[in-house]
Order: sequence, then structure tokens, then C-alpha cells
Amino acid sequence: MAEPILRCSELRKHFGGIVATDAVSIDVAEGEIHAVIGPNGAGKTTLITQLSGEMFSDSGRVQFRGRDVTRLPAHRRSMLGLARSFQITSIFLDMTVLTNVSLAVQAHRGHSFRFWKRTDTDAELVEPAMAALTQVGLAERAGSLASALSHGEQRQLEIAMALATEPALLLLDEPMAGMGREESAGMVETLKKLRGEKTMLLIEHDMDAVFALADRITVLVYGKVVATGTVDEIRANDDVKRAYLGEEGA
Amino acid sequence: MFNITQWSLKHWLAAALLVFFALFPLSGDLFYTSLLNRMIVMAIAVASLNLILGYGGMISLGHAAFIGIGAYSVGIPAYYDIYNGWLHLALALIGCGLFAFVTGAISLRTRGVHFIMITMAFSQMAFFAFVSIEEYGGDDGLVVNGRSEFFPFGDIENNVTLYYVSFIVLVAVLYLVYRLVNSRFGGVIQGAKANERRMRAIGHNTYKYQLTCYVISGMMCGLAGALMANFSNFISPDMMGWVRSGELIFMVILGGSGTLFGPLFGTGLYLLLEEFLSRSALYTFVTENIAFLNDAQPWVYWQLPFGILLILVVLYARGGVDGFLSRWGSKNG
Ligand SMILES: Nc1ncnc2c1ncn2[C@@H]1O[C@H](COP(=O)(O)OP(=O)(O)O)[C@@H](O)[C@H]1O
Ligand SMILES: [Mg+2]
Repeated sequence: MAEPILRCSELRKHFGGIVATDAVSIDVAEGEIHAVIGPNGAGKTTLITQLSGEMFSDSGRVQFRGRDVTRLPAHRRSMLGLARSFQITSIFLDMTVLTNVSLAVQAHRGHSFRFWKRTDTDAELVEPAMAALTQVGLAERAGSLASALSHGEQRQLEIAMALATEPALLLLDEPMAGMGREESAGMVETLKKLRGEKTMLLIEHDMDAVFALADRITVLVYGKVVATGTVDEIRANDDVKRAYLGEEGA
Repeated sequence: MFNITQWSLKHWLAAALLVFFALFPLSGDLFYTSLLNRMIVMAIAVASLNLILGYGGMISLGHAAFIGIGAYSVGIPAYYDIYNGWLHLALALIGCGLFAFVTGAISLRTRGVHFIMITMAFSQMAFFAFVSIEEYGGDDGLVVNGRSEFFPFGDIENNVTLYYVSFIVLVAVLYLVYRLVNSRFGGVIQGAKANERRMRAIGHNTYKYQLTCYVISGMMCGLAGALMANFSNFISPDMMGWVRSGELIFMVILGGSGTLFGPLFGTGLYLLLEEFLSRSALYTFVTENIAFLNDAQPWVYWQLPFGILLILVVLYARGGVDGFLSRWGSKNG
């Protein structure tokens, strides 16, 4: 097997007495959609923040594209091609949709010690930003304030901002969170179009979406990996049924 | 911005105000020319604070330190009969830049209330440093015997010359802020205010841009300090006390924080109110009838109605004068 694009080994993080992630080891292969599922409080979001570099792990290692990034802060990991989206929408509400995305483009077009030229008419920023918005179907809303978008559109904007950094790996934290049936279907479409183009670590509660999208699945319960395998293997796994799928009544 | 067909009420008012500033000395009224000059110099300081506070979300309660450092950059050389304005200017810019760099590098490791406290602590350290230097008058302050001379252009001994130099600096500072906030640099600064976590996640090292912004702002404010020393011919550590820093914040908020012309509106309104409230019937009544206040500084009295005003602005006029004009303009436009 080729070198995985992301390899984390024995990641651990605790908050006071709570062990949020406990010796989590996951390999994400280049090109795959790797889903991480698990009940609320399993440590999925904590894992993402450890992988993205917003929080350092208590122990364990993160390797990305063959490089040890364990001690790199979030913005440095972003530079290497690691992007994340947030479970709780995290956008610039008072800025336009275009500015939201163009700020993400800007971070990857050299330094920002440029004090004079306007950004809103800067083709080097606007064109890639519009391309990212087109990918998620938000091109028409480019001029609106981000706060004026519907919840579903804001979730799509989350994805566009991550895409605009031209990542090699997307860490998606429950992209369908809070969405209705129709909006979820739209998000599945967006992610399907990205399949093959982007490697993804996808955290999702919506099992239909997971089974429709994932190549492999890792199941996390109380911070521990209880199983990793293909979709079919996971469906058939008794431990998983008991620990997680059973709980959902599936 | 420069497309006049898209101007709204506040743009017209700001333009009118600037034209008024530009023409007023022609009236020959020395008293009000002097008041306007003070307004102009303060507006430079307020615009510089607005850059970090309004656009960058860095709430500094120590900004007046830069006024003080800028002022002593003129006052100390003048004490030794050195009136070279270029030297004054260089000292003010380098002094404020260094002070901003060192204190900013430390302060910006904190956020929120800690940032407020630590910036205030640094400015108080500067305050006490100047209080302790007996040679330059300590807390009695220092008389500045002559104004800066800018060879080969001449000096600013003439009040009208000083007025126009101040005015040009103000316009230049406002234009600089305008360019900055619309540039990539400004994008990072405003993004970090709005959602720093997201900025870092998309790849921005916000710290170094915030620090740069803090240094730029400090240097701009140093210009105001240098002008202030020339204008008032007297400087003292009081210029950099934390109460002064609080006043600067007040003016930013009153005008509308994070707006281009807010500093102009805020400073103008604040100094006008100060001028009239301190000569009002209320002021006279309080000074003559409330015995225990007789020994206090004059500003104590008009701070009371001011406090009430600030509360009203924060509660009911979000966005300050600029926000009010925007709402009023769109309702009636
Ligand atoms: N910043 C934090 N401080 C304290 N406890 C936290 C923090 N983040 C997460 N936790 C705790 O860690 C556990 C895992 O949370 P989380 O990673 O958000 O789970 P999930 O995303 O799988 O629902 C939970 O018990 C949660 O309360
Ligand atoms: Mg979560």
C-alpha cells in the first residue's frame, strides 16, 4: 500500500478527567473518503482539532504527506494542504460571501504584507474564490452578506472556504449538521463531485450519507477506535452494531 | 469612495467637515482655529486607535502612551535647544514604533480583558517613567520653548502653518487607513477581529499581522503626539495617563468604531461637547455650589454628563455617529 496521506498514531487528549481521544490511530489513503462515525461525545471533533493543529495532543504523532506535523500550529498545517470545516458554522458573518472565500484564497497566495492594493477587485483573489463558490453552488450569492445566507448555504460556504485553500486533505466535521433532508442531499452532491479530486476525512452522523460517500469507515466510541474497515465490513461488525449502530436503532 | 455618485450622507458630511477644516483659518478667528487644531491633532490619534480597536478588535487602554512618547520626542530635544523637526519626527516614529513592537509583542499573546489590562499596564509604566525623570520636569511637565523646524521648508512657529501641517497629516492618515483596510493586510486584520480561529484554520498567521498593525497604529499616534507638543507648547506625563487612553476609546466609539470617518465625527463631537459643557450653566453651578468639587480638575465635572452620553451611545446608537448617519441616510435617501 502506498504511503497514506495522513497517518495519526496513538493520539490522546484529555480535558480534566475526561479522556476525549484515547490512543487513536487512523491512516487516510490518498484519494479516499474516510468516514469517522461515533456517538455524541465520542471525541470526533477533538480528533479533528488535533489533526488540524488547533489543539496539540497530549501524546501521539500526526504525519501528513510523509512529514511529521505533530508540533506545527494550524496555520502552518493549512499551508501544507490540510483544511478543515467546522461542525458549528465558523464564518465571517459581517463580510460578503466572496470576502469569506477570498480571505481563504489570500492565505495561500504569498504573504499578506500588502498594504495598498484593493482586494475586492484583485483578480488573483476573486477568480479562485468564485471558482470555489461555483463548486458548492453559491456563485450567485457572492455579493450577499454571509449572515444573510440560509443555514444550508452557510454550511456550503464552510466547505467553499476549506476548498479555497486548495487542500490535499479535507477534514469535514459533520458538514450536514442541522440540515434538513433536501439540504443534506445537496451537501452529499457537493461532496460526491469532490470525490477522487480531494481526499476527505468525513465526520458525519447521517448514516445514509456516510454509506453513500465513504470508502472506509472508522468507528470511534468513548475516544477509542473500535473498528476500521470498508463500508461492508463495518456494517457486518458485531461490536459496531452493539456499540453504535444498535444505539441508533439501525 | 472616490465615486461621488455613490456617496451617502456620511460621506457628504465628512467631506463638508474636511472642507470646513481646510477653510476655517481664513476666517482669522484665532480662538476657534486653535480649538479646531486641537481637534485635528486628536483626530489623528483617534484614527490610529480606530485602526487597531475598530478594525482589528485590539482594545488597547494604553494608546495615549504613544501621544506622550511622540510629544517628548519634540520636548526633550527642544529642552536642549534642538529644534530640528526631522529629528523630532524620526524620534517620534522610531520611539513609538519600538514601544509598540515590544509591548505589542507581549500584549498580543493575550486576548480580551487581559489585553486591555496589559496595554494599560505598559502605558502606566511609560507614564511613571516620565514622571520619574526630574530633568524633564517630572510630573510638572516641560515647557516646549520653540517649535519644530523643517529645513528647507521652514518652521511651524506660525499657528496657521501648524494648523495646515496638522490638517495635511490628518488627511494623509485617513487616506492611509482607507488603503490599509481595503488591502490584503487589512483583510487579515479584520478577519482576525471577526473570527480569529477561522483565520488560523485557513492559513493566516494572525499574530504577525496584528503586531504589524499595532506598530503602524502606534507610529501614527506618535505623529499626533509630536504635533500636540508643538501645538500646546507644554507637555507632561498626564498626556499618557490611562484616563487619556479611555478618552481616545470614547471618541472612537462615539464616532463609530471600525469606520473610516468615525474618528473625525467622534473627535469633533467630543471636543465640542467638552468645550461647551465645560462652559455651560451646569458647570458653573457645580463648581460654585458643590464645595468638595472645588479642588478637583475641571474635567471632573463635564465627565458626568459625558458618562451618561457614552452609556446612551452604547445602548441606543450602535455604530456611533457614523452608524446613526448610515441609518438616517438610508431612511431618508
Ligand atoms: N474544549 C473542551 N474542554 C473540555 N471538554 C471538552 C472540550 N472539547 C470536548 N470536550 C469533551 O470531550 C468529549 C469529546 O467531545 P467531542 O470531541 O466534541 O465529541 P464529538 O465531536 O464526537 O461529539 C466530550 O465529553 C466533551 O464534553
Ligand atoms: Mg463533534
